Amino acid sequence: MLEIGVNHYLILSGILFSIGFMGVLRRKNLLMLFFATEVMLNAVNIAFAAIGNYYGDLSGQMFAFFVIAVAASEVAVGLGLLIVLYKKYGSLDLDVISSMKG
Amino acid sequence: MYETIAFYTFAISTTILFLITVMSKNVLYAMTALASGMVMISGFFFLLGADFLGVVQLIVYVGAVMALYGFAMMFFDATRDIKEKHQNPALVFLLGGLMALMFVVIFSAPIIGDNVQALYPIVEGVGNAQAVGMVLFTKYLVPFEVAALMLLVAMIAGIILAGKKMDYSLTTSEAADEEINVEEKLQADIEREKGEA
Amino acid sequence: METLVYIALFSPFVGSLFAGLLFGNSPRKMFTGWVASALIFVTFVSSVTLAYHVATVGAIHVQMMDWISAGDLSIPFGFVIDQISVTMMVVVSLVSTIVHIYATGYMDHDKSYNRFFAYLSAFVFAMMILIMSDNFAGLFIGWEGVGVCSWLLVGFWYHKADRPFEENPSISPSWAANEAFIMNRVADLGMLVGIFLIYWNIGSLQYDVVFDAMPHLADGILVSIAIALFIGAMGKSAQFPLHTWLTDAMEGPTPVSALIHAATMVTAGVFLVIRANPLYSLEAVHGVSMFIASLGTFVAFYAATMALIARDIKRIVALSTLSQLGYMFAAAGLGAYWIALFHLAAHAFFKALLFLGAGNVMHAMDDELDIFKMGGLKNAMRGSYIYMGIASFALAGLPIMAGFYSKDAIIETAFNEGTYIIWGMLVITAGMTAFYSFRQVFFSFHGEKRYEALGFHPHDMYKYVLIAMAPLAALAISFGWFMGYYKDFIYGLNETVQYEMSHTTHHWAWLLGSIVIALALTGIFLAWKKYAGEGENAWKRDEKFEASFIYKLLENQYYVPKFYDQFIVQPYTIASAKFWEFDKKTVDGTVDDLGKACLNIGDTSRGMQNGNLSSYLNWMGVGAMIIVIIAVISSVIG
Repeated sequence: MLEIGVNHYLILSGILFSIGFMGVLRRKNLLMLFFATEVMLNAVNIAFAAIGNYYGDLSGQMFAFFVIAVAASEVAVGLGLLIVLYKKYGSLDLDVISSMKG
Repeated sequence: MYETIAFYTFAISTTILFLITVMSKNVLYAMTALASGMVMISGFFFLLGADFLGVVQLIVYVGAVMALYGFAMMFFDATRDIKEKHQNPALVFLLGGLMALMFVVIFSAPIIGDNVQALYPIVEGVGNAQAVGMVLFTKYLVPFEVAALMLLVAMIAGIILAGKKMDYSLTTSEAADEEINVEEKLQADIEREKGEA
Repeated sequence: METLVYIALFSPFVGSLFAGLLFGNSPRKMFTGWVASALIFVTFVSSVTLAYHVATVGAIHVQMMDWISAGDLSIPFGFVIDQISVTMMVVVSLVSTIVHIYATGYMDHDKSYNRFFAYLSAFVFAMMILIMSDNFAGLFIGWEGVGVCSWLLVGFWYHKADRPFEENPSISPSWAANEAFIMNRVADLGMLVGIFLIYWNIGSLQYDVVFDAMPHLADGILVSIAIALFIGAMGKSAQFPLHTWLTDAMEGPTPVSALIHAATMVTAGVFLVIRANPLYSLEAVHGVSMFIASLGTFVAFYAATMALIARDIKRIVALSTLSQLGYMFAAAGLGAYWIALFHLAAHAFFKALLFLGAGNVMHAMDDELDIFKMGGLKNAMRGSYIYMGIASFALAGLPIMAGFYSKDAIIETAFNEGTYIIWGMLVITAGMTAFYSFRQVFFSFHGEKRYEALGFHPHDMYKYVLIAMAPLAALAISFGWFMGYYKDFIYGLNETVQYEMSHTTHHWAWLLGSIVIALALTGIFLAWKKYAGEGENAWKRDEKFEASFIYKLLENQYYVPKFYDQFIVQPYTIASAKFWEFDKKTVDGTVDDLGKACLNIGDTSRGMQNGNLSSYLNWMGVGAMIIVIIAVISSVIG
């Protein structure tokens, strides 16, 4: 318990991922959904870094690095879209902006 | 010992902060908690010896991304509490809890890594940033350039999407919107005149 | 010579394709019949040339291509032209040629004229494969091919409506066609089992390999093979108890009856036994051979009794065919294979002639089959009268005629083998044969002109048709004269086909012949006395006799069809109905339920597609969870 190994990091990463996952399931506000996604991405980054460290390999860090790049571009495009949506509907609530009637 | 203390400190704080992010009704609180959580995450990277990654985390996430969120929030009404209809909250917690449990179960098992040969081992005697640079600009050069291109595309997309005139709808024809706006103005003028009268 | 073999084999096929593919859909075109006839004639000429070659040089064995080759199984598409097959080829192609020409006249008013020739030529092709194949697989293909063609041709007038059994024992052409086909299927199962047994135990289906290996097999296996093959032969040659289809098959057009159900296809069973003579002459299968002989004798007698009182002109001829097939099996079972083959050939000629003559009568009488309504036709139809007379003389086995030589030889064989019961029955049957065949002739051509009262205006067939029938008449008279040459010819094949009468038999041959001739003459005389009279001697219906038990028994074909109907067909129908119910409830029900389940699932899960991104995300979450759980479980298990 005291000696911190890779398992600890992985478990932590799993828990954080689950929190993000829960947010994705729970949230109806698009902005909050984005936050939850960020949480999940960060959780995965921890796992990458931990495993890279465990194997003494830099690839883990590299992947985390690219994940950050992807997250940054996702936020850029996503926020643009959110603004457009907000302009159209005046709200970011998924219940409000759903237009298909299944 | 310090490592253990640091790990648990960071772990508990990130968990709590992210829970706040996910649960909070207020967008500002959520965003603040998320930003703080990101800072705490960078702590793990420093602990794991990934100094460069930690710095990138701080600069990109906490600096750039959160700033972007902050700016974006200015378009929305951030002070108002978000009202969400939760149809079956129990299911959400059940799924989330179950998933967490699964991950714990999976990762509690000891990882067997004896046969793994490090492809890009950490070079001894150089700093982490230097080592990362050596790998990034040799083996990962092409993905790096592609990522750069992607960021450029994302930037342009963001500018175009957010930079249009705010009065116009992008999804309907602008001409029609123009007419509506004229009518609205006329209506408003008529009403104002009535009020004055 | 090899090219000649292929010409003989494929020219009927070309004729069939010509009539079927090119003109199958077009209206009646007379020249399709002529082209088909010409191509069959080509086969006949090639067959005769091949026969000469076989007689002078020897058998030909050609291999066209590898046909089936899978693992150890190798069945080449090969043909063997030896004494047996060439005899059959000449007989089949000659009768086919004449029947084809006959059919151009007989069928000339039928709107499906082209279709008829397509089927008829296809039949000849299948028959040729059956005869010429050098292995059991090819034989079986031909066997099934002639079965299919027979089905198509018997049911040629498929549009005719069903009539009740009491009115018409063969109900309708389509019914008769199905009966023939299904009954043959039953027998073909036996045949297939036989072929499988051969392959299992010998590993080849080539005749020469199989017959070389046979003496080394265990007795039990040999007996099983012999029985299984004979069951196949029983079906195709309509031996008891699978005989009912043959008389019902008379629903087909008369040329078909003449070609398929008298001269060629029904003799395929006899051909199989003769072809497998090295098997049936083995000591181990002596019991089976005896059974074949006994069954043949029984059928000869049994069919002849039914023919005595039959009223339907084609049925009489069909029953006489059945009876003569019995003779052939009797000879083959007793080991006199070449005599059986000789009788087969002779029978093909005179029976085809008889059928074609009967066809002329039907044609003249507007398809009336009841001989009670005919009589005194001899002046109106002189040509047919002469032909029918010649054919009946040949069938009755009067001296000089073909039937005298061949049938007498069979009866002599029975005497020679010391099987006196068989001999006795065959002799009596010979007498009955003479009686019923002349009964039919006298009924239709002599006596009172009963048809006049019924308003028929009989006229004879076209001249060219009558001329085309002349070769058959000539052979019906003269074929027996060549028995000695034929014996020399076929003795070249192998030792098992050779059969010689013993000295004693030779000594008594004149007496045996006299007995048969005396009985035949008596039969003819009785028929003359009873049916040929005119005026006050004219035949009158004997109500009392028609009410007697014997008459009823014979009229109802010993109640065998009734028995089949009661104990096989009807229970089977009931069972089928039950199975259908079962099928509908269980099998169809399952499928229906599956469909309904899909519908219900779709209907229920439609709620998922509500257009709300949040609920989509929730469902995605559920899916992700399921995947993770599966991953955990598999990692725990694995």
